[in-house]
Amino acid sequence: MAKIVAVTGNEAIANALRQVNPDVCAAYPITPATDIMQRFTSFVSDGGVDTEMILVESEHSAMSACVGASAAGGRVVTATSSQGLALMWEILFIAAGDRLPIIMPLVNRALSAPINIHGDHSDGMGARDTGWIQIYSENAQEAYDNTIQAFRIAEHPEIRLPAMVCMDGFIISHSIERLEYLDDDTVKNFVGEYRAAHPLLDTDHAVSYGPLILSDLYMEYKRAQHEVMTKVGRVALEVADEFAKISGRRYGLFESYRLDDAEVALVLLNSAAGTAKDVVDEFRDRGIKAGLLKPRFFRPFPYEEIASALKSAKAIAVLDRADSFGGFGPLHMEIASAMMMNGKKPALINKIYGLGGRDFLPEHAEMVLSELVEIAKGGKVKTFKEYIGVRE
Amino acid sequence: MSTTATTTLSLKELSKKEGRLTHGHRMCSGCGAPIVVKQVLLSTDYPVVAANATGCLEVSTCISQYTSWKIPWIHNAFENAAATLSGVETMYRALKKKGRIDKDIKFVAFGGDGGTYDIGFQSLSGAMERGHDMLYVCYDNGAYMNTGIQRSSATPIGADTTTCPVGSSVKGKMQPRKNLTRIMAAHGIPYVAQASPSHWRDAMAKFRKAFDIQGPKFINVIAPCNRGWRSRTDDAILLSRLAVETCYWPLYEVEGGVTKITFEPKEKKPLEEFMKPQGRFKHLFAPENEWLLRLSQEEVDKEWERLRKEAGGSSGERP
Amino acid sequence: MKQKGWRELPLGAVVTEPGSSAKFTTGSWRAFRPVWKPEHCIQCLFCWMFCPDMAIKVKEGKREEFDYDYCKGCGICAMECPGKKGQKAIVMVEEGK
Repeated sequence: MAKIVAVTGNEAIANALRQVNPDVCAAYPITPATDIMQRFTSFVSDGGVDTEMILVESEHSAMSACVGASAAGGRVVTATSSQGLALMWEILFIAAGDRLPIIMPLVNRALSAPINIHGDHSDGMGARDTGWIQIYSENAQEAYDNTIQAFRIAEHPEIRLPAMVCMDGFIISHSIERLEYLDDDTVKNFVGEYRAAHPLLDTDHAVSYGPLILSDLYMEYKRAQHEVMTKVGRVALEVADEFAKISGRRYGLFESYRLDDAEVALVLLNSAAGTAKDVVDEFRDRGIKAGLLKPRFFRPFPYEEIASALKSAKAIAVLDRADSFGGFGPLHMEIASAMMMNGKKPALINKIYGLGGRDFLPEHAEMVLSELVEIAKGGKVKTFKEYIGVRE
Repeated sequence: MSTTATTTLSLKELSKKEGRLTHGHRMCSGCGAPIVVKQVLLSTDYPVVAANATGCLEVSTCISQYTSWKIPWIHNAFENAAATLSGVETMYRALKKKGRIDKDIKFVAFGGDGGTYDIGFQSLSGAMERGHDMLYVCYDNGAYMNTGIQRSSATPIGADTTTCPVGSSVKGKMQPRKNLTRIMAAHGIPYVAQASPSHWRDAMAKFRKAFDIQGPKFINVIAPCNRGWRSRTDDAILLSRLAVETCYWPLYEVEGGVTKITFEPKEKKPLEEFMKPQGRFKHLFAPENEWLLRLSQEEVDKEWERLRKEAGGSSGERP
Repeated sequence: MKQKGWRELPLGAVVTEPGSSAKFTTGSWRAFRPVWKPEHCIQCLFCWMFCPDMAIKVKEGKREEFDYDYCKGCGICAMECPGKKGQKAIVMVEEGK
């Protein structure tokens, strides 16, 4: 019997982790992710989970300990945001290169400087080349569901890659929403047992992790990593099928909202998509064929499928909650690459919004959609990249 | 399967054991580090899992599909051998608690002075403070040798390195060595020691004792590097013996907070004897640098006196 | 030796054969080679203990020949050898002579 509650995103994630009951969890606090670990450690202290905690002295050590624990041969989690993720950066590549399925809720928060504790996607985007699977979540329900599915995807014998499950800092992590929990047993049976490929603790079959690889072989290893990423999509959909059976909620690689015949479309990640969907509805009520695409997987990015979903659009705006200074927003660059695949040439513009927790309001979505409508009618693109919601 | 360290510490008996670090590694000819590792791994009969910081030892013992390690081994990054091993050790405890493992396994992290005194210091301190049941062995060759002999906080004062080379205005490293062993003792962990491969019986008794003690342990071992020290390929053991006999590298242990000098040289030799065979100290024998030579000797004397006072006269040669 | 393609390589570059470095011989590094003189050997096994390359074969607690496949000729064994009555049991001889 699913339990319906009103909880914050952090609480939902903490409970997802409780239900999975990982072997080891490394924890270091950082706003706004801290609460996940605080709640989780209260489960530890009350004997609600069997997890051994490692209360490390930095996020770099958190990810290092996760690598050690995962290589040792068991299920490992940690959680962080922003500067914490940035501090772990070098180890993220190692976790992926060593093929260790570590699961990490990432509460998206802006990067310093200046220091800001609020939600934007710059942290996750900074880690997009690390080889981690990246799953984005619009709300607490998605964050909860994605966390549970992430274990199955990452630990799949054909995959074995670390995965981060993203949700917006404060907006989702700290806001109370309606949520449906699955039963403890349902989650436990769904994630099942994890069997590590080369456990260090199997002293009868000694292995060495982390050799020096020279130029004659390094590229082959990276090619292999690329290959395994190409399989994640299929595995994610298989897992989503199974998940639909136990939850009634169906997930794909992305969400298409009223996109089938859309002439103007917005592309957004995470919570702002929720706001924008309401505005899309309003435009539809007025007879405008508006639609929205919300990627769920950022890595691997489902280029072909997204290109197909956007094929009817004449004007598309990609809204990025992160920027790559001197370039376009990261999501925009992915969409632009995707559009090269479907032979269509819609107008494609980039808006940067919501940095450092700046609110994304319905009027911002209205403004962008109206601009797209003008462009679709034959208007010229004023500017390809623009910051919105910013005071001049 | 529970074993106790039953092999007697005699060369004859130890030689019958299967070595856990094998040949074919690419350490320089005459390197002190593999001798240290060999002694550590031979000292216990328990199964051992090792973590290794980036550095000479790591990069020379595991390349491509060749590994010199016959035990499970993990290299993660440069500054996190201790954090990595703390993760392995925690997984061990988690799985043992659940009954998925029943062996007694011991955990050891190896790091050079670079990965231990400097970049790895935080990770080491954190792991030791958390109380993980693991041993950290630092093979101290006194500089970042793997990247070409750059100074570390373990480099002795006056030494020539590639980042503090001897020139007309600066005569090598101007700061005295960081006393990491003392810092680790201040962590209040159950066992801290200093050892030398030359005094193998003392060293191996320490390694064995450390493996048998529950909780975090730290042992600092001098490991001569003939490249960085500009010495001969055949004098690693000779130099480590001189390091002990000049009290540059005192052999002691701090067990449960009690300091004990485990080897008192019959005659404390002048530091020069340790320095003369090493090219990195050559300049100290020029008359204009005599002050630096004297300063080096004072540093050694100061620490030796402090140590003797701390040991409170409790010293004695380990049989 | 044909190099492996990416499909044949192990997951995450993990090395699954412990001690495989023994397949790589380092004997060619030598400029000097140690020669064992059993008549002066007291079988103290210091050479075995101090060899960085595990290049001294020992059987039943007694040293036998050098493992010249791996010996790098560092000379530590010769330096540390106590020998018998002032005569070392290990001498270093220039390779190729």
